[in-house]
Amino acid sequence: MITGEQKPVEEIRQMIAPYKRILVLGCGSCVAECSAGGEKETAMLASALRMAARMNNEDVTIEEMTLDRQCVMQFVIQLDKVIDPYDAVLSLGCGAGVQAVAEMYPEVPIIPGLNTEFLGETKAQGEWAETCLGCGDCMLYHFGGICPLARCSKQILNGPCGGSVDGRCEVNPDIPCAWQLIIDRLDKFGGLDRLEDIYPPKDWSKKQGGGPRKIIREDQQK
Amino acid sequence: MSELKAGSNLEKVLRAGHFAFTGECGPPQGANVEHLIEKGNHLKGVVDAVNVTDNQTAVVRMSSWAASLILLEHGIEPNFQMVCRDRNRLAIQSDILGAYSMGLRNMLCLSGDHQSFGNHPESKNVYDIDSMQLIHTVKTMRDEGKFLNGSDVDVAPKFFIGAASNPFAEPFDFRVYRLAKKIDAGADFVQTQCIYNMDKFREFMKRAVDMGLHEKCYILAGVTPMKSVGMALYMSKQVPGMDVPESLIKRLRGAGKGKVAEEGIKFALEQIEEFKEMEGVAGVHLMAIEWEHKVPEIAERAGVLPRPVV
Repeated sequence: MITGEQKPVEEIRQMIAPYKRILVLGCGSCVAECSAGGEKETAMLASALRMAARMNNEDVTIEEMTLDRQCVMQFVIQLDKVIDPYDAVLSLGCGAGVQAVAEMYPEVPIIPGLNTEFLGETKAQGEWAETCLGCGDCMLYHFGGICPLARCSKQILNGPCGGSVDGRCEVNPDIPCAWQLIIDRLDKFGGLDRLEDIYPPKDWSKKQGGGPRKIIREDQQK
Repeated sequence: MSELKAGSNLEKVLRAGHFAFTGECGPPQGANVEHLIEKGNHLKGVVDAVNVTDNQTAVVRMSSWAASLILLEHGIEPNFQMVCRDRNRLAIQSDILGAYSMGLRNMLCLSGDHQSFGNHPESKNVYDIDSMQLIHTVKTMRDEGKFLNGSDVDVAPKFFIGAASNPFAEPFDFRVYRLAKKIDAGADFVQTQCIYNMDKFREFMKRAVDMGLHEKCYILAGVTPMKSVGMALYMSKQVPGMDVPESLIKRLRGAGKGKVAEEGIKFALEQIEEFKEMEGVAGVHLMAIEWEHKVPEIAERAGVLPRPVV
């Protein structure tokens, strides 16, 4: 999933300060799973903003709504029926959601309420970790299902570096050493020979070599 | 004897079978050329080559190639260090060509300390290629005359290629295999992380010798004399991948006031004596951090002077 975290309320308040009628717009997909921008968080943020406005004697209307997905046009279009009275939308979608809404409503200011973080997984209640870079050329087969690009701080393809101690990364002991994990896992199913060869430099053209990426599936197009 | 790969002084010393002795010099945090030359002069004639670090600990300093050239102009052979943190493959290959064209002949290939440890933690790292791939890049440019994309290099840069090895990081069992991999990638010589845990290093070297790695590559043992108990504690607790045994800290503590630095040097001298006899060790890399003026005394007492002229 795409993860995110809410921006500090003060930062959000500065961004919405010029507007009188604001729609706080949640998203029921990834950012709901990571408890940043789902229906519940949207209601809580809208309530916090209303309270702050009241305490500061500000005459503003703040209402909320949550779409199933902010990044898909078929869902964004539901805003057609409600968006007119608002002079700004505070989106709790990821960066893609914010931009999809902005594209649909070019005359309405869209304010990001989240900092979009990474592609990752839910590790435990309240804990999410980055595990994928979206590099466009998956190499997980070679590394026992653990990605050194996303999970090694130095993105080393021929690790481990010289700083791994007790299975933890030198950059931060909260980070498990990806290379320790790779070696342990490959060892379990007799795959250590995959590490004998020097892994060549990564072909980054699949990620950023051609500018912003697009997927075209003609079989899916009308 | 086959042809020299680069013809640097360090390569010739090692090829002739001498016990090599290399030093280290960090470029200034500014354009203080005088200070750089002063530090370099302490090492002149005392070591076979001087490692010139590349923004070490991710702190901005004079570029390693520029500082290398300044030392070269003053008759000191540099071991030009390059890290993967700050350059993509275009910049790496162009700097390799530039450094060689200006007369540098030794090059040490490293991944580089992570920027979060340094003085620009807000920076974006590059890590387009890793240290293993950097070694292989320099070798491919030298021996095959090819860039990473396979196109021809117009006059190949001939470097004596160095790599680093940390025998103490984990997983320990994998360390010697990673060294073997670096040698396969193209390392002609290796300088190890600072050694304090001699038992572990003996075991590491035994495994390296059993695999015949010492016959494919010159292994230089890393030595950094402890200046104080504080330094030993810092190295032990704060520096990633450093293994400082409690017994050494105890020994330094027991030296008494004003005598700790001398005890640190004594320990380093004992290490060097053992390395001279240790199978597979081809020399010592002395990293006397901000203690360059002590190197001549250490070299004298270690019995490695005068340096061979080859």
